Amino acid sequence: MFSKPENGKMYWKELMHQCSEIGFGSLGIVAIISFFIGAVSALQTAYQLVSPVIPKSTIAQIVRDTVILEFAPTLVCIVLAGVVGSKIASELGNMRVSEQIDALEIMGINTKTYLVLPKILAAMIMIPLLVVVSMALGIYGGRVAGTASGIIAANVYDKGLNQNFVPYNVFFALVKSYTFAFLISSIPAYFGYYVVGGSLEIGRASTKAVVVSCVAILCADYILTAVLLQ
Amino acid sequence: MIEVKNIRKSFGENIILNDVSAQMQAGKCNLIIGASGSGKTVFMKCLVGLFEPDSGEILYQGQDFTSMSVDDKKEIRKQIGMLFQGSALFDSQTVEKNVMFPLDMFTKESHSAKLKRVNEALDRVNLEDSNKKFPAELSGGMKKRVGIARAIVLNPKYLFCDEPNSGLDPKTSLVIDKLIQEITQEYNITTIVNTHDMNSVMEIGDHIIYMHQGLKEWEGTRKEIIFSKNELLNEFIFASEFLKDAKDMRMLELSGKIDNDRNMDDILNNDGPLVQ
Repeated sequence: MFSKPENGKMYWKELMHQCSEIGFGSLGIVAIISFFIGAVSALQTAYQLVSPVIPKSTIAQIVRDTVILEFAPTLVCIVLAGVVGSKIASELGNMRVSEQIDALEIMGINTKTYLVLPKILAAMIMIPLLVVVSMALGIYGGRVAGTASGIIAANVYDKGLNQNFVPYNVFFALVKSYTFAFLISSIPAYFGYYVVGGSLEIGRASTKAVVVSCVAILCADYILTAVLLQ
Repeated sequence: MIEVKNIRKSFGENIILNDVSAQMQAGKCNLIIGASGSGKTVFMKCLVGLFEPDSGEILYQGQDFTSMSVDDKKEIRKQIGMLFQGSALFDSQTVEKNVMFPLDMFTKESHSAKLKRVNEALDRVNLEDSNKKFPAELSGGMKKRVGIARAIVLNPKYLFCDEPNSGLDPKTSLVIDKLIQEITQEYNITTIVNTHDMNSVMEIGDHIIYMHQGLKEWEGTRKEIIFSKNELLNEFIFASEFLKDAKDMRMLELSGKIDNDRNMDDILNNDGPLVQ
């Protein structure tokens, strides 16, 4: 399927371009979603923790763990399946329909290596980084919402973050994000690369790619949780 | 030279190419003509390796392209330039980047040397001031010319043109035809053009292959095509009354029965056919 690049410099350039498109192109939406997920998570946790025997710092612990274990890797990747996945599918689909892929093939370029591989690699480099950013912003969002609403003091929240921290959770989240990154990039690339028809089919392929990617992420999430959190 | 031996191609039950054999003449404009659905696009796609024929051989300088290793195919493909029906320019790149792309990918020349070659190719297709434009800013004819510049920038041995005149007005079509013919002669390229435009046939067709329902129906030169007795070919070529009249007039001219200037007036002043 993939072969040795014809010109390493051009492939490197394409990889960097894709890293920029996928990473920086999605940073804004990831930042907004993560901040609000953390904020809502802190408020809802506080709403449910009515017992006076449970210390307030528990809110920070719960926000931290839910953000790291589930919200940052899974929810962000589902959003990225829409943002990045549809972009990959429609870009490749448009190139297929307008014969740009054929033009590259005739030049003697392995289009799977030149067009698909940099997208998959870029996703696998940038999406885990976005997930790490999302973790930080989610936890910070919880802190801001907690202090702004008077539920928890900043120092108590910070103290809670340091209690019972399990570094393995971060490793687990990164394993999930690598897996999801592969799914988010490879599934839409497949649907886009093999589009047959015109602009209507590109739209259909793009939608199908996002739906299949989301379902694949949820299945993979369940499997990874069952295997790695036993 | 490209030689095709008994190639067959089908999609499911649908046989598109049925035992087609042909020789593309080196250094000439070889035209593949035929009605829509006759198999000429599939034939061309088989020639350039975009489709794998079910059986048969495609020989480039005697080497069978169909049974080559991937690396050997890549080497052959570096000698091929192709102009696509929709030009197939990279939308997100400027004209200059589009034309420079094959040089960037396959040569290790300096940027200034590559730019010089890009400018030469663009000059050759009369697009001197369009380097920084994007494909969306170009007209259909200009896009085709950029496509030609990109196809010739690596000095290919073979130039394939799929429907080069589709979507163009007759005057621009003529410009593109002339350009293809001049480039073929200047660079001594073997050109294969896929078309159903009869102007192109008469303008640039050194060697013509007529395809009908997946079969090679006729083969010859543009001089021979006018006098061909092949019924299917005649039906295809002289589909319009105007062309039929023009043919009849040419036949009479050649047989010395009419005076050219006087009878041209007759054609213009009469709605009926010239020869009853």
